[in-house]
Amino acid sequence: MSAIMGPTLERLRRRPPTVAALYAGNARAVIERGFRVIRNANWAVIATGFFEPVFYLLAMGVGMGALVGGVPGPDGRPISYAMYIAPALLATSAMNGAIYDGVHNVFFKLKYGRLYEGMLATALGPMDVALGEIFMALFRGFLYAVGFLAVLGVMGLVTSWWALAMLPVALLIALGFASLGMAATSYMKGFQQLDLVPFVLLPMFLFSATLYPITVYPGWVQALIMALPLWHGVELMRQLSVGYFDGRTAVHILYFVAMSVIGVTVVTLRLRKLFLR
Amino acid sequence: MSEAGFRLLDVSVIHASELRKNYGDFAAVDGISFDVAPGESFGLLGPNGAGKSTTMRMIGGTLLRTSGTLEVLGLDPETRGPEVRASLGVVPQSDNLDEELRARDNLIVYGRYFGLPLSYLKPKADELLEFAQLTEKANAKVNSLSGGMKRRLTIARGLVNEPRVLLLDEPTTGLDPQARHILWDRLFRLKEQGVTLVVTTHFMDEAEQLCDRLVVMDHGQIVAEGSPSSLIKQYSSREVAEVRFGSERNAAMVDELRDLAGRIEVLPDRILMYADDGEGLLEEVHRRGLNPVTSLVRRSSLEDVFLRLTGRSLID
Repeated sequence: MSAIMGPTLERLRRRPPTVAALYAGNARAVIERGFRVIRNANWAVIATGFFEPVFYLLAMGVGMGALVGGVPGPDGRPISYAMYIAPALLATSAMNGAIYDGVHNVFFKLKYGRLYEGMLATALGPMDVALGEIFMALFRGFLYAVGFLAVLGVMGLVTSWWALAMLPVALLIALGFASLGMAATSYMKGFQQLDLVPFVLLPMFLFSATLYPITVYPGWVQALIMALPLWHGVELMRQLSVGYFDGRTAVHILYFVAMSVIGVTVVTLRLRKLFLR
Repeated sequence: MSEAGFRLLDVSVIHASELRKNYGDFAAVDGISFDVAPGESFGLLGPNGAGKSTTMRMIGGTLLRTSGTLEVLGLDPETRGPEVRASLGVVPQSDNLDEELRARDNLIVYGRYFGLPLSYLKPKADELLEFAQLTEKANAKVNSLSGGMKRRLTIARGLVNEPRVLLLDEPTTGLDPQARHILWDRLFRLKEQGVTLVVTTHFMDEAEQLCDRLVVMDHGQIVAEGSPSSLIKQYSSREVAEVRFGSERNAAMVDELRDLAGRIEVLPDRILMYADDGEGLLEEVHRRGLNPVTSLVRRSSLEDVFLRLTGRSLID
């Protein structure tokens, strides 16, 4: 009989019974796998996710911005149109990256790569896989956020050191969308349902006060948009970009904290449905 | 050692009692009970859809049972999945290698899922590649490997944690005869090292080659249990004479053959006649002037056992 598994077995035996079926405390191995894949991957594919918001910024912010001129910033003082939409694009980019990893990637690996089937034949539990995959989604989101923020810095579109806080906030936004997206994926059966995702995300991007102020809408439309997550992400990023905060700042943060808590909870409850089918 | 005098329960590697899995009204596994002893090579033989893979997935704790008791190495795989699987090697029915990683990395990364250190995994991966005769392919992409190579890599991967129990679901389906024999040879070696093998198959020759003991499954139930030779002895004759009169005439000839053999099975393409002396039986057929188009005499196999038990052949 082999002794090589001794330390792992020892560790697994000490787990509390509540998590013994689902969690082996080894999400690290799933993360390691993710980095190994990134190392071998085609960097051009990864880089596309970085360029998308940059293209938007150049086309809309710089191009259209020339027509628009100045707009009132979060604190009421006028800022350039590029400065106005840049934080919104960062929030959207965090959302898109998280959804790509948490929904499309997970669904594909599940259905076609059957990657999780292989992982779950080992000493891992579904919780390890979920945590590892969420971490990888956040890592990718973080990379994009760093890149985009650097571009903003170079273009002079951020005016406050608070802008650095956009990085952890991008992670928070990504966590909210990745976890809720993964939870939604546990209900998906085929590619048709996957097609619904852009149907939800695209209008949310266009109408969440990303490209113009929310005040152009009648009251009930405003209320609807304020109920959706992206608007909170956009507003929060915008406030950070100039270092202006008010009572709403806390609401925005709490919104994403609550969204993440709900997402992670649902994912945990749906783990077997998500991975073991 | 007789099974009756040997208390399997106390030392079972796997203990299943009234194990059941329902999908709605359909019972994929319909109340099966069995025990697997350490070091044993245990088979689940049956046609597609008999419930073999479902049983395997419940053993690995990746499928919840509807009812019944199941213990693997003394633990319930449903409540202590990772711990149970730490001592299992799982070779699934169709390969699910990590296509984003190269061959050797597949082994190393898989070992990391078991919490094993790289200092162990690096030499182990090379050892396993050699075992699987894939040393040359260490840095090959998974997609570039042939079906047989992928299968061997999948099996090698299942050994990375030096499992006490190896679960093999249809290990040689889709392999050419040479690749099958290489694989069987590798599995024999593992058995010699004391690894318990649990094999599902719908190939009778594989079951005869690999299994010390097996259960025959059909429609989610166990219909017979024993060693391959004892099953053949119990459910079939020593020999079988196979005669073909052409598909048109087979059915018509049965009545004239009926009294010659203790038992006759009519298949679409041939008639099977069961007797202890197959040659003698065939001579008698010829003496009566019933000249079959082709005929042969062979020893009884598990295929005949299955036919006897279910009235159907294994591969449909």
